[in-house]
Amino acid sequence: MWSWVAHRVTGVLIFFFLLVHVLDTALVRVSPEAYNAVIGTYQTPIMGLGEAGLVAAIVFHAFNGLRIILVDFWAKGPKYQRVMLWVVLGLFAVTMAGFLPRHLMNVFGGGH
Amino acid sequence: MAYGTSAVAKVDAPRSPYVRRRTTRGNYELYSWVFMRASGVVLIVLIFGHLFVNLMVGEGVHAIDFGFVAGKWANPLWQVWDLLMLWLAMIHGTNGVRTIINDYAQKDLTRGVLKSLLYLAFVIVVVLGTLVIFTFDPCPVNAPEHLIASFCPAR
Repeated sequence: MWSWVAHRVTGVLIFFFLLVHVLDTALVRVSPEAYNAVIGTYQTPIMGLGEAGLVAAIVFHAFNGLRIILVDFWAKGPKYQRVMLWVVLGLFAVTMAGFLPRHLMNVFGGGH
Repeated sequence: MAYGTSAVAKVDAPRSPYVRRRTTRGNYELYSWVFMRASGVVLIVLIFGHLFVNLMVGEGVHAIDFGFVAGKWANPLWQVWDLLMLWLAMIHGTNGVRTIINDYAQKDLTRGVLKSLLYLAFVIVVVLGTLVIFTFDPCPVNAPEHLIASFCPAR
């Protein structure tokens, strides 16, 4: 139940970011200055935390999506759905442990 | 006739053969269900690769500017990558939000308006994104030379 809610919430969040992200990337067609000005705001600490949240949403949605596929197509999927939720959360933790230090160092680590 | 003829239910002629009534409007929802799973697997590869190259390699998000985009799209692999990611993610996301609207918007009018806005956003973003990928110019004239791609003749 809660994984279903979380899948919907993260999905909607990612979708709205996607709309904005295509629009900001489209600025490369306006001018290098326009693109660099907007992408520059993505490199501030607050947006850096937002990106961490976005990546967390994507990673959960991705791994839980694989779990949904296994529940649907694997004969033993429904039997192991609860175990697989813990596997999803474990993989989520491992992936974020690999991503967060690197990303937060890039955002806060004194470069530029 | 005792009843108004216009309100009489249609009755088949005697001895006409039994015809099974179609109870669905085709297999659209089945195809949409399959598409979500198939595109989801491909999107995991595309988006994880996108995030790794743009956020993890080198200086991560700090390295992204006009020249970074120009460098990536100079390679046809990244053009195809981004085009596929754009289309699959937009169809996957639009279909997901369509499902959510169908679930929660109970009035016909509300549902219709929300889905119209959704499909409008889909068309605008997909067309715009596709045009940007195919018409991108890494060396715009009159742009300051320190901002454009390193392989431009102006530099």
